[in-house]
Amino acid sequence: MTYDKRSDGRKFDELRPMEAKVGVIARADGSAMFKIGKTVAYAAVYGPRALHPSHMRNPETGILRCNYNMMSFSGSGERVRPGPSRRSKEIGLVTEKALLPVMDISGFPNTVVDVFIELLQTDAGTRCAGITAAALALADAGFPMRDLVAAVSVGKVGDKLVVDLSKEEEDYEEGATDMPLAILPRTGEVTLLQMDGNISKDELKELVENAKKAARKINEVQIKALKDKYGVN
Amino acid sequence: MEKLNIKDKDLAVPGEELAEGMEYLPSSGTYREGNKIIAAQLGIISLNGNVIKIIPLSGRYIPRVGDVVIGRVTNVGFNNWFVDIGYAYEAVLPLKEASSEYIDVERGGSLSKYYDFGDYIMCGISKVSRSMATDVSMRGPGLKKLKGGKIIRIAPSKVPRLIGKQGSMINLIKDKTGCRISVGQNGWVWIQAEDPKAEMIATHVIEEINKKAHNPGLTDEITNLLSKETQK
Repeated sequence: MTYDKRSDGRKFDELRPMEAKVGVIARADGSAMFKIGKTVAYAAVYGPRALHPSHMRNPETGILRCNYNMMSFSGSGERVRPGPSRRSKEIGLVTEKALLPVMDISGFPNTVVDVFIELLQTDAGTRCAGITAAALALADAGFPMRDLVAAVSVGKVGDKLVVDLSKEEEDYEEGATDMPLAILPRTGEVTLLQMDGNISKDELKELVENAKKAARKINEVQIKALKDKYGVN
Repeated sequence: MEKLNIKDKDLAVPGEELAEGMEYLPSSGTYREGNKIIAAQLGIISLNGNVIKIIPLSGRYIPRVGDVVIGRVTNVGFNNWFVDIGYAYEAVLPLKEASSEYIDVERGGSLSKYYDFGDYIMCGISKVSRSMATDVSMRGPGLKKLKGGKIIRIAPSKVPRLIGKQGSMINLIKDKTGCRISVGQNGWVWIQAEDPKAEMIATHVIEEINKKAHNPGLTDEITNLLSKETQK
């Protein structure tokens, strides 16, 4: 059987409807909300601030510390259970590594920049939504950044290459491959690439190109959110 | 080949291509890649001739030598004080920088009779090491303990706007409300007046500036707000 129509009626290279807002958390130094389909991520940035435990301090540069968390009422109740886990720890770590290449925090030695990502509602692509929101929050906090970071998951559902998988597609019974990517929209550099499933070399190349196109669309939403905060446009 | 994609006072977003061509020069908040100039910070563009600079709209205070800031004494040592100036780590106020008069430690007695826990002081940044360890000093014109009044905090990036050109904005508020106001580069503002109502008006106006610092025509708006508030 072939997968010839997406379960939510989207085109194969179409992203779910997106919404972004900057400055949503009053007491954070920077914050943002990013919504893609039914996935909702909030990111809050605090810092540069004093780092504890102090053995983690680096006298050469500040460090970035990301915390990923699915809120206890999020998810559909199956497979992934919300809350602190091995999985959330790992996603926090890859988020950090996806964001660090654009950041320059060497001006704040011995300090930490804390990024808290909270997912209120999850329907696949949570780490991507988290990274996209975190990049916005960091920009809002006024940090020097080479570029924003936009993240999207691409993959293969049945025999079709698709962009921005939903939970239903991830669980497609005849097999699905899910590949989250974080991309610098301007240059197309990749800062995160993970994969769950099987894919051929040619398909992988095509998927990366598709992800770059999608990242540029996400970037447009990001830019609009930042400009909206200051009433431009 | 030379191309400018932006105007002066536009909002720049990280990664935005601001200009093309070697004629333009990148300044703070921007970088050059190939022959393009790219924004590396969220902020307002300041175009000065062919030099492109971004003035950030947000961000915490980063100490710089020569800044005059308002700090809060958080700890009193045997020969120094620790002062919270809004950066990640506290600044140190050494004994010899604390006063222009001689302080005799040998005689005993706590240093807290000079500056005590919770005191707010107007101080100057005298030293910032490579690891951002900061020293402050009380030796300089206008540097003193702030007695009475209240402290409010605004974004450090908005301090230039609150002060205005040659102090135009802050003098406007001082004249209209009759308050004594001191502004630290770290965004801490000290307000004091005999009349608590005047303090409230000044607080309200400064918070308004903090919110609307990026708007053009801010001075007129604040003038209107001040005359409306003071007539109440």
